[in-house]
Amino acid sequence: MTTTHVYDAVIVGAGGAGLRAALETSGEVSTAVISKLYPTRSHTGTAQGGMCAALGNVEEDSWEWHTFDTVKGGDYLVDQPAAEIMCREAVDRVIELEHWGFPFNRTPEGKIDQRRFGGHTRNHGEAPVRRACFAADRTGHMILQTLYQRCIKQDVRFFNEFYVLDLLLVEGRTAGVVAYELATGELHVFHAKTVLFATGGYGKIFKITSNAHTLTGDGLSVCYRRGIPLEDMEFFQFHPTGIYKMGILISEAVRGEGGILLNGDGERFMERYAPTIKDLAPRDMISRAIYQEIREGRGVDGKDYVYLDVRHLDHDVIETKIPDVTEFARIYLGVEPTREPVPIQPTAHYGMGGIPTDTDGRVVTGEGEEPVPGLYAAGECACVSVHGANRLGTNSLLDIVVFGRRGGADMVRYARENDLPDLPRGAEAEAEAQLRQLLDSTGSDSVADIRDELQEELFDLAGVVRSEEGLRKMQGMLGGLRERYGRSVVQDKGRVYNTDLMEAWEVGCLLDCAETLVAAALARDESRGGHYREDHPLRDDDHWLRHSLASRQPDGSVRLEYKPVKLGSYVPMERKY
Amino acid sequence: MAEREGPVDAPVDVRETAPREYQAEPRDGDGAVGGKVPLTLRIRRYNPEVRADPWWDEFTVEMEPSDRVLDALHEVKWRHDGTLALRRSCAHGICGSDAMVINGVNRLACKILVKDVAPKVTVEPIRGLQPLKDLIVDMEPFFEGYKKMLPYLINDEMPPSRERPQSPEERERFDDTTKCILCAACTTSCPIFWGDEGYVGPAAIVNAHRFIFDSRDRGARERLQILEDKTGVFRCRTTFNCTEACPRGIKVTQAIQEVKRAIMFDGK
Repeated sequence: MTTTHVYDAVIVGAGGAGLRAALETSGEVSTAVISKLYPTRSHTGTAQGGMCAALGNVEEDSWEWHTFDTVKGGDYLVDQPAAEIMCREAVDRVIELEHWGFPFNRTPEGKIDQRRFGGHTRNHGEAPVRRACFAADRTGHMILQTLYQRCIKQDVRFFNEFYVLDLLLVEGRTAGVVAYELATGELHVFHAKTVLFATGGYGKIFKITSNAHTLTGDGLSVCYRRGIPLEDMEFFQFHPTGIYKMGILISEAVRGEGGILLNGDGERFMERYAPTIKDLAPRDMISRAIYQEIREGRGVDGKDYVYLDVRHLDHDVIETKIPDVTEFARIYLGVEPTREPVPIQPTAHYGMGGIPTDTDGRVVTGEGEEPVPGLYAAGECACVSVHGANRLGTNSLLDIVVFGRRGGADMVRYARENDLPDLPRGAEAEAEAQLRQLLDSTGSDSVADIRDELQEELFDLAGVVRSEEGLRKMQGMLGGLRERYGRSVVQDKGRVYNTDLMEAWEVGCLLDCAETLVAAALARDESRGGHYREDHPLRDDDHWLRHSLASRQPDGSVRLEYKPVKLGSYVPMERKY
Repeated sequence: MAEREGPVDAPVDVRETAPREYQAEPRDGDGAVGGKVPLTLRIRRYNPEVRADPWWDEFTVEMEPSDRVLDALHEVKWRHDGTLALRRSCAHGICGSDAMVINGVNRLACKILVKDVAPKVTVEPIRGLQPLKDLIVDMEPFFEGYKKMLPYLINDEMPPSRERPQSPEERERFDDTTKCILCAACTTSCPIFWGDEGYVGPAAIVNAHRFIFDSRDRGARERLQILEDKTGVFRCRTTFNCTEACPRGIKVTQAIQEVKRAIMFDGK
């Protein structure tokens, strides 16, 4: 049995981007937010360190400097007009959050306090600047809470624990989505004028990741299977300070507050790699530096980790400004950070690529950036592109509120100007058939084994450092994994909370994301930001100052095309810190 | 053989699946289970599609001592019984999905390490909310209680063009209760909540506190009126279960006491 719902605006995902979009559409046009989780479980909540905006509350700052840092941090693959919008609007979005009750840390004068963060500098790279607004080290938690609270106030309609399986397009126009209700196993058709995907990232393609179990690239995959290309998938950020072996994030705020990195010899090695801003260099550079130290035998005890050291910081700073991450070290490592250095290694953190959009959140395809009428994306699943080849710390929280709002605003405009398209005949048929296939499979391959292998191999072969040889090997493995996935078995045949089935579906999404990542990484024979090819270690602006677009071919293979980067005031220069 | 003591009155398992006891095999060929230790999980199961009553299953898995109980539950789900249902997401104590009763007390499965419970651990769904399947319970009543508290900033005054000023001391006043992740560990550890369907429970009061004591908020009177009601804060009998259960270390009972005092003395 299928239930049909009709809305002007359907928002898929209830993290920061989805909630911010919903605040823009609800009250204006009929709105539903569909999420596979309860909204407060979304991964926005785990962001720790801050949200940058050039408020200039504690020292001189300007949004133009912020834009420069964002462009340079992204290794010049950033679309500069988009970055300018983000950094300019950052100030308004922070003030708006404050007016909605966000509990920012305060200066003695009662203003929003600000602290340093990686890659954020004064006057085009002179020195670190205090730009990140924060609530201790639970800034993301407070953003998620504040937006959800505001949604309650605005009486936004939520469909919690509904999992979106398919996007409905009619003659190229958006007509809605198909969702699976976890509690009952029923399918629901959401017939809608506009759909915004805000489903977050896909870090679960990698073994060591800071990402939640639920970050499986669902939204990207749904769009990809319906012919929408995915942009810049080869750019994935590894955050330098994940808890050793577990990947749980230790915020950059720890280094913003004065924490430093030490190799096995006790050397503050970042002084060699980024003499000006040292431990506050962008994430991609530090992750590569750690990789290099380990490779040259300077990991701790010759192993594959280094130390994050905060022993020299005031205990007060440790307990009040970074209490959560301090607790992570205590709980998960049994390490007392005030007395011992914390073992860390790079952890897969953020996908810069995603569903291509313009600066109003509209999904655009091809080199000519043709909009798909009624279709939107925002947040990590989208690629605007404001992060280019490497996102700066804090800019993700900014991205979700700036482009969540802009996407929502344009959905209102579109919904008012356009009629509801007809539903395609048998709207849910395809999703239903795919579910059936998973449920009725007589194969014996374990979904968990397929996922484990994918995560392990991808972490080794398409992680911090890549090569043609490794990527080719990975491509071969992906073929095998895809084949086995076709023979995989779902043990649970029931209808009530069949999370076994949902996980099997998620692995299909992971495979889509991994295939596009590997194909794009193999083609890009240069190094830029989060994409480092040891066989092509230099950036090559002559050939590669362009975005990749990976599309699914009818036979399941990946086709690549490219579109130029939108430049602006900043001419690409060598990236030194 | 499998120890099977359904909730006692219903010892017969009508399912046709294999008996529910498993021994994990060492995974690597070199016999190196490494530093792994055996962990037996005794899990309270429920599946309305299979039978009307809950039952107990036991699984023994090999885990690293530093693994989380959540990892062990995954090991069961991914290697032994795919039908096991639980909620989880971030796996490091922030998203609030995986509150469950672990060895009799409310905990997040992602914040309890195997070494602290091995060789045996009992896992049950949180109490006082309707079980839906295995460790998944109906969270709707919990969120309804939360929403009753008007959990959003109430202030109709025209805001300044910049931030509303707030001193570090004013900000500190409600810091503790901003940490709440709505996991329901506190509420479902509260004997008053188990017994009294109307009681909003500790988590709702914590979230009311977060706004009542925020210097920017103007809705205190409205919220205190709601909390004064018979389903409100005076149902609390100060058993401190909630404080003990909170995975975020929030002083829940203290927050409740502060709200009580605010009602009695008509102010903060």
